[in-house]
Amino acid sequence: MSAPSEVPDRPVALVVRIAAMQPFTIHTGRFIALDRANIDTDAIIPARFLKKIERTGFGELLFMDLRRRDGQLDPAFPLNRPEAAEASILVARQNFGCGSSREHAVWAIQQAGFRAVVAPRVGDTPAFADIFRTNSYKNGLLPVEVSEPFARRLLAAGTGQLTIDLNQQRLTAHLPDGDFAEPFSIPEGTRRMLLEGLDEIGLTLRHEADIAAYEARHPDLAPVESPAP
Amino acid sequence: MGQTLYDKIWHAHTVAQLPTGETLLYIDRHLIHEVTSAQAFDGLRLAGRRVRRPDLTFATADHNVPTDPDRLAVKDALSRAQIDTLQRNCAEFGITYYGLDSRRQGIVHVIGPELGLTLPGQTIVCGDSHTSTHGAFGSLAFGIGTSEVEHVLATQTLRVTRSRTFAVEINGQLARGVTPKDVILRIIRDIGTGGATGHVIEYRGSLIRSLGMSGRMTICNMSIEAGARAGLIAPDDTTFAYVAEGNRPFAPKGRSLAAAMERWRGLASDADAVFDRTYTLDVSTLAPQVTWGTTPAMATDVTGHVPEPDQVPFVNPVDVERALTYMGLKPGQAIQDIPIDVVFIGSCTNSRIEDLRAAAAVLRGKRVAPHVRVLVVPGSQQVREQAEAEGLDRIFLAAGAEWRQAGCSMCLGMNPDQLRPQQRSASTSNRNFEGRQGVGGRTHLVSPAMAAAAAIAGHFVDVRTFGGA
Repeated sequence: MSAPSEVPDRPVALVVRIAAMQPFTIHTGRFIALDRANIDTDAIIPARFLKKIERTGFGELLFMDLRRRDGQLDPAFPLNRPEAAEASILVARQNFGCGSSREHAVWAIQQAGFRAVVAPRVGDTPAFADIFRTNSYKNGLLPVEVSEPFARRLLAAGTGQLTIDLNQQRLTAHLPDGDFAEPFSIPEGTRRMLLEGLDEIGLTLRHEADIAAYEARHPDLAPVESPAP
Repeated sequence: MGQTLYDKIWHAHTVAQLPTGETLLYIDRHLIHEVTSAQAFDGLRLAGRRVRRPDLTFATADHNVPTDPDRLAVKDALSRAQIDTLQRNCAEFGITYYGLDSRRQGIVHVIGPELGLTLPGQTIVCGDSHTSTHGAFGSLAFGIGTSEVEHVLATQTLRVTRSRTFAVEINGQLARGVTPKDVILRIIRDIGTGGATGHVIEYRGSLIRSLGMSGRMTICNMSIEAGARAGLIAPDDTTFAYVAEGNRPFAPKGRSLAAAMERWRGLASDADAVFDRTYTLDVSTLAPQVTWGTTPAMATDVTGHVPEPDQVPFVNPVDVERALTYMGLKPGQAIQDIPIDVVFIGSCTNSRIEDLRAAAAVLRGKRVAPHVRVLVVPGSQQVREQAEAEGLDRIFLAAGAEWRQAGCSMCLGMNPDQLRPQQRSASTSNRNFEGRQGVGGRTHLVSPAMAAAAAIAGHFVDVRTFGGA
C-alpha cells in the first residue's frame, strides 16, 4: 500500500473549517473545576437541544440542567460563579464525555468559550470517553489527560491559571502555592492536525487511489435488494 | 500468535496505513439518522463534495419521531425541520431513506439487522453510540460523531486508531426470568462505566453461544455503557440462520449466501489469540438486575438494597450521594420497595420481537397497577407488524398499556415521550443518566420481563417468582 505524503500545505485548510477548527498551539487561561466523575454527554447538552440543524448556538445550552435548580441559576454550580465567565479550560474527573456520540457536546463546550478539557485517568478508567475524545480532536478542542494527583490539585483549587503547551506537550498550573507542571501526550498525527488546523477529509481524499483500489478488490460491497418473498 | 476477530476485520478493511499512525479503514455500511447528519451534509455542500457511496448508505428517522398514531404530522417544528432536512439531504445525495410513512422505518439499530443490511465481517458506522449493537453479527460496528459522519460520506473510510482488545467470557445457564439485559448490566456493574474505554470487547463463552440474535444484540448494544468502542460476537449457525430468514431484503440469497457463509465461518478469534484484558462471568446464579443510580454501573440484584455511599466500586461516595439525592433514594432501601410511575418497554436495547414476547408473557391476563403509565414501543414498524400478527398488541392493550409506533421514544427525552420531573420509570433502555428520559426524571434500567412485572405490581418485584416469565 502506498502512503502518499501528508505534509501539510495551506490550501488544504478549507474556509469552512476555520471557524470550528482554530489551530491550537499554546494557551494560557483560567480553569474552572467541575468536581464530578462520569460527566455524560446528556449532562453536557440534553437531547432536547439536539434538534438544531446548524453547528452553532449550543454554547448557552452547556450544562443547561446542571446549572439550574428549580428553574433558577444555581449559584453553587461552578460554571455559574463569576470567575467562570472568563474561564477557557474546564477541569473535571475521569470518564468525561461518556454516553452518546453527539458532537453537539463538543460544540457546546467550545461555543461556551472553552479551548480545552483537563481530566485524570483513574485506575483502568481513562480521562475521556473514546467518542468524545475523537470528536474533540476533530473540532480543535483539546482533551488533556493528567495524573490523579495533578487533577486533585486543580480540583481543590477550584479555579486558577493553566498553561497548555501543545508543542511541548506540557501543562503548567499557576496556583497560589506555586507552579506545578506535568507532561501530557497526544497522538502525534492528531497533535499535528490540532497545531495546523487541517482539513482531514481533504487529506484522506489524497488516498483516492488506495480507496479506489480497495473498491476494485471488493466489487460486491453494495447490498442488492431481492423482491419480497 | 493468532489473531482476534477484531484483528481479522481490521486487516480485511485496511485501505492504507497513514503517516499519522492511524489506519484508513473502509466502511461497508453507513447508517444515518436525523440528529447527527444535518451538519455533515452541510459540510459536504460547503466544500463541494459528493457522497462517495450512496449505495452503502441507509437512512431512517428515529430519535425525534413521535410514537402516537397520528405522528405523520410531526407537531414539534424543530423536530419536523430536522426530519425534513434528512429527507431532503437523502434525496439530494441519492441515499435510500425510510421515513415515517415507510413500513421499514424504525430505530436504526433495529432495522439494519432486520433488513439484512448488517452482515458478519463488515465495518458498520453510524452517528450514534449504540451502533455497537451490530457487533452481535461479528461485524465491527461503532458510533461516530458528526465530523466523522461527514468524513465517511465523503470518503467511505475513517481514520481510526486501533483499540485494545477485551475478552469477556460468559458461561453457565440463565435462570428462568433472567435475561441478556441482566447479563450486560451485571458486566457493566463489575467492570465500571469506563472499564472498557479504549477497548473493543469480544463476548465469548457457552452462554453467548446459547443466545439468539436478539439477546446477543442486547449485550453488544450496551458495550458502550462500559466505555467500549464496540462489542463483537463471532458469527455461528445462529447468526447464519438469522441472516437466511426469508424476510431480509438486502441479505445475500442462494449461492451468494452459501459462499458468504463459507467466508463467515473464518470469523472467529484464533485459539492462540491474545487479548489485552479478560474478564469471566458465570451467570448460573445471576439475579435480575435493577439500576438504582445515575450510571448504568450503579446496579444491584432485585433482591438487594440501595447501597451505602462508601460501598460502591469505582465511584466516590460524594458521587453516590449526589446520585441518590437525584434519584430520591436512601441507602438501605429495599429495591422491591421502590414504587414506579412509568414503565417504558422499548429502545435499541430491548424493542425486538423477542423482548415484546417476554413482556407480553408477564402481562398476559393481568392489569397494570392503576397509577402506572406503560408505554410499549416496538423498535421498528416491522416488529410492530409481527407483534400484531402474534396478538401481542391485544395483550398489552388488555393489560392497560399503550401500544405505540416505532421510534426511540422515551429512551432519550427528545420526542414527546418524556418523564416529568421526579417521575420514576422502570425502563428497558440503556441509560439512566440525570435527565436522560426528561428533565428531573428518575430512570431504573431493567429487562423487559422485569419492567412488565413492575408495571403490574407498581414497584419492582423479582420476576423469577412473580410468574409469567
